[in-house]
Amino acid sequence: MATTQEVIAQQINENPIILYMKGSPNQPQCGFSAKTSQCIMACGFRFAFVDVLANPDIRSELPKYGNWPTFPQLWVKGELIGGCDIVVDLHEKDELKAILAEAAPAS
Amino acid sequence: MTRQQRIEQQLQQLSPLHLDVLNESHGHNVPPNSETHFKLVIVAREFSGLSPVKRHQRVYALLQNELDSGLHALAMHLYSPDEWQGNSPDSPACMGGSKK
Repeated sequence: MATTQEVIAQQINENPIILYMKGSPNQPQCGFSAKTSQCIMACGFRFAFVDVLANPDIRSELPKYGNWPTFPQLWVKGELIGGCDIVVDLHEKDELKAILAEAAPAS
Repeated sequence: MTRQQRIEQQLQQLSPLHLDVLNESHGHNVPPNSETHFKLVIVAREFSGLSPVKRHQRVYALLQNELDSGLHALAMHLYSPDEWQGNSPDSPACMGGSKK
């Protein structure tokens, strides 16, 4: 059976845009997660998400994997983009859409 | 010493030109007088040339002991002197949280 770290690596490598958050984009459980998912949705691309409240193993292991202790976390093409503050800042500077567009699967 | 004071002391290692440590715990799903949610506004020369992720990781590393002992959320607005315009964004409102 895959270790949690292997599961995380697979999720991040197989999903060009993946958000680790508390709750879901439609029912976020945290203001930081809500705001981050709103920014991503506003860009109009499909993205994967993992609810870390429903996945305690990932919640405890992902901080070590990415050297980032809190949630949400946005990963694009295998790279950590950041948490709420960084994603909101990129969105306000109109840079988030370009970052996501480069990674987004053709729809 | 309160957590707020420990955070302020620890962040002196960045030689900040500007440092705000705001306890925003009262806006969240935690008991009164908690020290779980903070907002940091830091202006430091060493942030010049560092990516946003690296800046945040630098601060997280300085506050590892606090994160391991109940510090739950850090909103961070980290600027180089050139970028700083004297104000920072508000933190989002709570939505219930983990209820752990």
